[in-house]
Amino acid sequence: MALKGNLRDFSLTQLLNLIHLARKNGILHLENATTKAWLGFREGKLAYGGLNLEENSLVAILYRGKRINAAHYRTIKEKSGSMSDKELGLLLVNAGYLNQQEIVQNIQVYLVRLVHRLFLWEDGNFHFENDAPLPKGKILVRINLENLIMDGTRQLRELDQLKDEIPSLDIALKFCDHPGASVRNLRLNQEEWKVISFINPKNSMKKIAEAVKLNDIEMRKIAFGLIQAGVVEMVKPDGYSAKRTINIGIPHTNPAEQTSLIKRIIQRIRSL
Amino acid sequence: MQTVKMVVTGPFNAGKTAFIRTVSEINVVSTERKISQPAEQVKETTTVAMDFGRITIDQDLVLYLFGTPGQRRFDFMWEILSEGMLGFVVMVDSCKPETFREARMILETFRAYAPTPYVVAANKQDLEDAWGIEDLRIALRLDSQVKLIPCVANDKESVKIILIELLDQILRELEVNTERAS
Ligand SMILES: Nc1nc2c(ncn2[C@@H]2O[C@H](COP(=O)(O)OP(=O)(O)OP(=O)(O)O)[C@@H](O)[C@H]2O)c(=O)[nH]1
Ligand SMILES: [Mg+2]
Repeated sequence: MALKGNLRDFSLTQLLNLIHLARKNGILHLENATTKAWLGFREGKLAYGGLNLEENSLVAILYRGKRINAAHYRTIKEKSGSMSDKELGLLLVNAGYLNQQEIVQNIQVYLVRLVHRLFLWEDGNFHFENDAPLPKGKILVRINLENLIMDGTRQLRELDQLKDEIPSLDIALKFCDHPGASVRNLRLNQEEWKVISFINPKNSMKKIAEAVKLNDIEMRKIAFGLIQAGVVEMVKPDGYSAKRTINIGIPHTNPAEQTSLIKRIIQRIRSL
Repeated sequence: MQTVKMVVTGPFNAGKTAFIRTVSEINVVSTERKISQPAEQVKETTTVAMDFGRITIDQDLVLYLFGTPGQRRFDFMWEILSEGMLGFVVMVDSCKPETFREARMILETFRAYAPTPYVVAANKQDLEDAWGIEDLRIALRLDSQVKLIPCVANDKESVKIILIELLDQILRELEVNTERAS
């Protein structure tokens, strides 16, 4: 089984959605003309990552995050030699340089920024390496993907894609009922919260857009973000489905005859 | 003589013609033409109008299989096609994420408006680049009730499974209909 393609066809936001919903373990490798990047996941949460163009050791991350200055950076690098991030982290904590929480936060900020940079890639091959071994000596974090996914859709510029993804605003939204779908941890802006407050199978997106005073594109963007984050899904507006009686295209027969006809076809196909 | 039909649809190059050809007892009357535009040059021919296959069920009943052309959306043909239709198969090339969006659009349209049973065939599962079923389910945004079945369109047993799953789905929906009516 493979999971590969090009970001033009299947965007990083969509990939994060997939990894999030399937709670995947493994490494997402990305590669464009100039750069290679990798993001490691554990149970659908971002755990580590990096780019081939830059150093991604703990010292480098702390330096880039302005947590240590250039002189410190050089000294630590010299002294730490072949130490792993975990060992170095422990050393820094023991030396009272900074605490564990600060280290984790700095790594998280680095990774979030890394993903934001990767959202800008319009082109590039990706493949997912299932159940790849965890990198030795790295400090692993746990970053929920919902907020990253929302960030990714906010940046979306391809409006055609939005029209494809959300073909009509006559469709309504409802909250997903799968476990883990929660708006509680989402960082949303005011308009997004307003949309959330109107979500109900009775309200078409058109109605919500009118109530919140959003134009078509803004409405589609927010809806797409929430769908990708795995929080809501599209449904037929209430009332639409009530009339649903399937039409199986066998005229002038009663249900018993229809059933027997289908069974005849099944038997025949089995015998092919 | 009674005739019924099923429709096989899906994006360009998904394997619709192959699927029908595998089980049809007549040569598939497809209206193929050579591909001229370079963008679509992944194979020699494409279906322009419709594929057309036949399975004789018994003395009084014939099943026709119709394949839609893959290159353009077939909205304009939908009404003609759906007349007298038992249900349909949506085929997806499991190796080509660039076609998932179109597959999703087709599915979304059906989900919202067409009151007809359907199954989704994850085709070309024999190829190394094929995406796994559970990944496809998320990528195509199919909820757990929709049947998504691995498929190899030039393998007869595989095509039979898809058709039987669809017929099974039709039986289930008929039951729901009957319960509702009583
Ligand atoms: N390996 C493999 N190849 C397949 C399978 N199904 C179809 N193919 C190949 O994929 C190509 C496209 O198949 P078609 O049956 O022409 O696809 P189509 O959906 O009818 O294409 P259009 O009519 O042009 O939209 C052909 O080269 C087939 O031989 C499969 O399950 N496995
Ligand atoms: Mg064809």
